[in-house]
Amino acid sequence: MPKTFTLKKGLDIRLKGEAEKTLREVTALHYAVKPTDLIGVFPRLLVKEGDTVLAGTPVFVDKYRDNICFPSPVSGTVAEIRRGDKRLLLEVRIEPDGKNGQIDFGAADPSKLLIRQRPYGIIANPEQSPKAIHVSAFDTAPLAPDYDFIVKGQGEFFQVGLDALSKLTSGKLHLNISHKTTAVEFLNSRNVEINTFKGPHPAGNVGVQIHHLDPVNKGDIVWFAGVQDVITIGRLFREGIYNPDIILALAGSEVLKTGYFKTRRGACIYKMVEGNVKDGNVRYISGNVLTGTQIRHDSFAGYYDSMVTVIPEGNYHEFLGWALPGLNKLSFSRSFFSWMMPGKKFTVDTNLHGGERAFVMTGQFEKVLPMNIYPMQLIKAAIAEDIERMENLGIYEVEPEDLALCEFIDTSKTEIQTIIRNGLELVRKEMS
Amino acid sequence: MKALRNYLDRIKPQFEKGGRFEKLQSTFDAFETFLFVPDKTTRSGSHIRDAIDLKRTMSMVIIAMVPALLFGIWNTGYQHYLSLGQQPGFGPIVGYGLMKVIPIIIVSYVAGLGVEFIFAQYRGHEVNEGYLVSGMLIPLVMPVDIPLWMVAVASIFAVTIGKETFGGTGMNVFNPALLARAFIFFAYPAKITGDTIWTGGLTKGEGVVDGFSGATPLGNAAAGAMDKIPSMYDLFFGFIPGSIGETSKIAIILGAIILIVTGIGSWRIIVSGILGGITMTLIFNAFAVNDYMTLSPLTQIMMGSFLFGMVFMATDPVTASQTNRGKWIYGFLAGFFAIMIRVFNPAYPEGTMLAILLMNAFAPLIDYYVVEANISKRLKRAVTAVKS
Repeated sequence: MPKTFTLKKGLDIRLKGEAEKTLREVTALHYAVKPTDLIGVFPRLLVKEGDTVLAGTPVFVDKYRDNICFPSPVSGTVAEIRRGDKRLLLEVRIEPDGKNGQIDFGAADPSKLLIRQRPYGIIANPEQSPKAIHVSAFDTAPLAPDYDFIVKGQGEFFQVGLDALSKLTSGKLHLNISHKTTAVEFLNSRNVEINTFKGPHPAGNVGVQIHHLDPVNKGDIVWFAGVQDVITIGRLFREGIYNPDIILALAGSEVLKTGYFKTRRGACIYKMVEGNVKDGNVRYISGNVLTGTQIRHDSFAGYYDSMVTVIPEGNYHEFLGWALPGLNKLSFSRSFFSWMMPGKKFTVDTNLHGGERAFVMTGQFEKVLPMNIYPMQLIKAAIAEDIERMENLGIYEVEPEDLALCEFIDTSKTEIQTIIRNGLELVRKEMS
Repeated sequence: MKALRNYLDRIKPQFEKGGRFEKLQSTFDAFETFLFVPDKTTRSGSHIRDAIDLKRTMSMVIIAMVPALLFGIWNTGYQHYLSLGQQPGFGPIVGYGLMKVIPIIIVSYVAGLGVEFIFAQYRGHEVNEGYLVSGMLIPLVMPVDIPLWMVAVASIFAVTIGKETFGGTGMNVFNPALLARAFIFFAYPAKITGDTIWTGGLTKGEGVVDGFSGATPLGNAAAGAMDKIPSMYDLFFGFIPGSIGETSKIAIILGAIILIVTGIGSWRIIVSGILGGITMTLIFNAFAVNDYMTLSPLTQIMMGSFLFGMVFMATDPVTASQTNRGKWIYGFLAGFFAIMIRVFNPAYPEGTMLAILLMNAFAPLIDYYVVEANISKRLKRAVTAVKS
């Protein structure tokens, strides 16, 4: 009998444009491996433009941990290596040759798995053994894809992936599922400890789940992987190939026909959004609206993202906007009358809705953070770069995504996720 | 609206760096953002943001104060004509009230906001909305016959010393509105105590009918005249002399409901404050060495500015405790001390102001212990994890 955790705090943001449960297949024009998706990686390139690669060919390695390499998702040629300011490596674009050539690994090599660890959200060190591994089998973020739909028919790979993961830790392998899940692929999983979570966002965040199951103390290392990562691992162990086929959800109020796309990691989204987005100034986001990364309509989905969201930009002036009754305004507070319409779905744009201020309101963040952590105090410690205080207040237990809702509801429009990331990076540098 | 927007866009460059009016940049920005929500979009982190901002938050608090203000205006006229022994209609009563109250509000806003604008420009900040609330609170806690220059001096003192010295809105230790009142209380005690100050015109000795003293219920209680405390009905609806906004409990409760429903005022502080007041009164009742100590908890809560203070002053998020557990302790002690000071302090009949200011000073200490408890729990967990 799985243990159930009921979380009361949090907020489900109801947006228009949920992904329809239809699956389309799409062959992207390009694929890319982007070091910018990976925290704390200093890439050293192994390929140059014009090289041919197979699915699984290492494209670059981490300069400081060269046992971690980053494989090409497809076979093809390296079309372009894009760099940004100060020659920062932005992305390695690979043009597929359609031959599906791949390296036969025979025995699987877990160092190419790109499993991440907590704290810091960096790629796990294959030489360490984590105290536990967590897999969150659902996502509660706004418009998040439904993993019950994604995992359908891939139960075998998922199970093999779990079996492989369970060998990597001396501790427990946790599979954290939603109380609403009906997917037999999850419910019938073996060799794992199944935990059920119930509650609003961020109940689906693996960090929140870890906090309730087995919190990260100073010095602890916990690994985590997403459902699609587990499937990729399963494929690697079953077939001996690196084949990062994934299902990507396309959602958001500005998408004409939402749905799910069968593609690969690092796919260019152009084919999915071409002619499929409403006119006007829109923002393309790889990931969800709370934590995702802004991308262009012809660039690539992030490595760990399972969705692409398209929402309107909000660069307009609104006359007395703060004073209107606000029937169509989404707010966690009840200061707009929209709170009287529970269940209503909103179109929300990227407007900041106000200017940045010093912290004034208190007790708000606590309402959307289902963790025994004082968010305001932690944020202030991070701003003050006080490492000891951050440690004391639980910086090891959070990732920016866990405080994304705090940032969303913040009256003072503080950039909380950036503050937390900087705090984590500061601690990581100090500890290494 | 488009014409207005175009006009603003046209004159904006003059207020930017190098423009003719660059010294008024903060002022322009304050008015521009008042008229139009800025077109700024999210750059990092969450791509969508809650529709609420500080302007909305502060305007909600002002809306919550409106019932108390409206009643205060009416009651000012009502008490005035009562002292004259006249009973004119609704029109003259409200007319007199407006004539007395509106100037106080204007002076409070002009003086306080003036200082805010200067500091914002000096520091290169946007003008913070905090004073919108303070500027309304100050008139509501003033006696109606207060000289206007005193309101101005008190507002300037509160903003300069109470807030900007500490870094502006969000950084202050003491509630600015209470500080303004405390300033007058200590600098000009004669102008904020006594029986005549609470009724419009009474200080000037305008004709008084026999039997009208102008004393507040607390004034009577402190003088030992328990029989002169008005009926519960008058106390509840507020047909009594007192500071402009404090008299009507029904209006304050209405404001409390708005604050709690919108989630802007902390219900924890309001509830625990009232609980604290009740607890202190019950302790007094148990000993009851004088008449004042025998008053029931309900009477104590209905008298004076207790309820107004707990709803609008103690809940100021900046100066209250920031943690939820801390809010319970902070509110409880504020209510507890308010009644204690009221009953024991012979110099001044009301204790709410001093009690809340005292708790403002202790709020960070309360938070410190609450947060330390969380820290030690985390450390303990880490230590046991290492052992096992």
